[in-house]
Amino acid sequence: MATLELAGLAKSFGALAVLHGVDLALADGEMVVIVGASGCGKSTLLRLVAGLEEPSAGSVVLDGRDVTRLDPAARDIAMVFQNYALYPHMSVFENMAYGLRIRRLGRADIRRRVDQAARMLGIEGLLDRKPRQLSGGQRQRVAMGRAIVREPKLFLFDEPLSNLDARLRVQMRAEIRRLQRRLGVTSLYVTHDQVEAMTLGDRLVVMHEGRPAQVASPLEVFSRPANTYVAGFIGAPAMNFLPARLADAGRAAVLKAGPVIAFADGPRAGRDGRALIIGIRPEDVTVLPEGAAQGLRLAVDLVEPLGSETLLHGRLPGGAAFTVQRAGMVRVGEEMTVGFSPASLHVFEAETGRRLEPVSLAPPARVESSAAMHGSR
Amino acid sequence: MDRRTIFGGRLLPIAFVLPQLLVTFLFFLLPAGKAIYGSFTQTDAFGLHTRFIGFANFVSLLDDAGYRAAFGRTAIFCALVTLLAMASALLFAIFADHEIRGRAIYRTLLIWPYAVAPAVSAVLWVFVMHPEVGIVGRELGRFGIHWDYTVNGTQALGLVIVASAWTQVSYNFVFYLAGLQSIPSSVIEAARMDGAGGFRRFRTIVFPLLMPTTFFLLIVNLVYAAFDTFGTIMALTRGGPGQATVTLVVKVYRDGVVNLDLAGSSAQSVILMLIVIGLTAVQFRFLGRRTIS
Ligand SMILES: Nc1ncnc2c1ncn2[C@@H]1O[C@H](COP(=O)(O)OP(=O)(O)O)[C@@H](O)[C@H]1O
Ligand SMILES: [Mg+2]
Repeated sequence: MATLELAGLAKSFGALAVLHGVDLALADGEMVVIVGASGCGKSTLLRLVAGLEEPSAGSVVLDGRDVTRLDPAARDIAMVFQNYALYPHMSVFENMAYGLRIRRLGRADIRRRVDQAARMLGIEGLLDRKPRQLSGGQRQRVAMGRAIVREPKLFLFDEPLSNLDARLRVQMRAEIRRLQRRLGVTSLYVTHDQVEAMTLGDRLVVMHEGRPAQVASPLEVFSRPANTYVAGFIGAPAMNFLPARLADAGRAAVLKAGPVIAFADGPRAGRDGRALIIGIRPEDVTVLPEGAAQGLRLAVDLVEPLGSETLLHGRLPGGAAFTVQRAGMVRVGEEMTVGFSPASLHVFEAETGRRLEPVSLAPPARVESSAAMHGSR
Repeated sequence: MDRRTIFGGRLLPIAFVLPQLLVTFLFFLLPAGKAIYGSFTQTDAFGLHTRFIGFANFVSLLDDAGYRAAFGRTAIFCALVTLLAMASALLFAIFADHEIRGRAIYRTLLIWPYAVAPAVSAVLWVFVMHPEVGIVGRELGRFGIHWDYTVNGTQALGLVIVASAWTQVSYNFVFYLAGLQSIPSSVIEAARMDGAGGFRRFRTIVFPLLMPTTFFLLIVNLVYAAFDTFGTIMALTRGGPGQATVTLVVKVYRDGVVNLDLAGSSAQSVILMLIVIGLTAVQFRFLGRRTIS
């Protein structure tokens, strides 16, 4: 168990800059999930922490000790790989015992630790098998077991569930969370799956092109996304974005599609006419009765029935794509009028994509600077 | 899916396999049969009468101290050629595997020797190691080494071992490199995270995972050293000085072609054939038709 601090961690492969300086602090026992699109540098960040790659700049401090230049072996970190990376020629027991033998633990100690971890993971019966005789889910457990028996300061997970089928993934997700809580080991978990991120993380780091776009609790990321990238990435179906302009001395927005919406939570800074993007989640949209005076006309061009809900995709006047989520199975016509409560709006600055908070609530620094990434839970 | 191709009639398929059968018959089955026949017979000095003498040729071979010496020499020769060729190939393959940038050039450089015919490769070694004209050989005297493989038997044996191994390194290298590259890098990284240093990773992860490749190469190299080094040895030392570099194949040639002891040399050939059959059987027994790496 330990704390972890990353400061200005950057990595370039030749001319290709993959990470542009990441600051992040993990509290003891905390599970932080790094989520982002494929290729945004998540694995690279994890490998820098592990010591498998050398950073171009910045430092990694584990439990108060600078380990930036240390070999992986000297860091006391365990990692679970996406493809499990089990030793193919060793039995499950030997796979788990390998790191302990290197640490010169006694035979009895090794036996006890491996048995305990195997019991925890429900793989006691598999200890004599070779990895090729195991199913994907079982291999996954062995990989976890190999990390657990080491009792390391830090766990690293690189998309450990992405090779499993959907049902098993949900089950293992819950199990990983339970295990991590129970063992209390500080963990850094990488995934491209936002559901995994939301359910597993004490805090999320939403990565975008080698930079943390937001570092906050899952709830915070969902309800107050720091910018349009985060807003569009977290939440399914994705948030709708409507171009608009500031009006009425900052107290309202004029949508390009027509209507004027008064902000429910207070005025935004800036001159009238400032370009904005208004975000609205599909589940916050309501369908208004036919002939309602207010609201937006939506021309529906695709209906996706998902069972417990139905997604309606279409276009607003002016051409912006728009999605509505309705509970249950519904039948709809080609046209409808939709509306939303002003309280459910997200306001972003069009130029930078950054979230605009009401001026009365003095925009907190957390959204803007890297200082936010050291924030506590 | 059925991948067989069906040819109509009987003549066409026969016409297709006939040349191959003919070659096999003329250059393999016929001489092999003659050798087996010859090994059980004795022909008088004028070549007029041939009579069947059972295992007498084999018995006298085993009694022959020269043959037993050649046998021991060949065993040492094969062991050292195989060890040298495989160990250096593995070393080069590890370097190449690590050095991603250098990989292309490594590959080309190390595959060269394999493309060089034994006689040509032997000439290269003469250029390098000959006591008078070789660029290295003529300089060795300066360092107090009395180097002359044309009179010193041990030096001659050493030279043919190194030259034979050199030719085989490329072949082994290709297989070892393929073997190394088939080990997922995450497995190596997992071992690093588990705390294993470079040598331990090699000993406990890499080498065991290369075992099928190693076993395959072991057989191939033993067969190579025992049989395919004939050209190299003849070009470098012709078996000399004295008997110093006479391996079993060289002895077959010396006794049969040079000294015209056809019966004895036939018996030797049969023994060599049995050795090859044995090695191949071992290989099939353990590797079967499994693909390497
Ligand atoms: N060893 C490497 N050499 C060169 N480029 C690399 C290397 N590793 C990763 N990259 C590049 O860095 C970027 C980020 O990769 P990665 O961290 O694996 O992304 P993610 O895990 O988020 O999908 C990609 O564009 C990838 O091609
Ligand atoms: Mg990745």
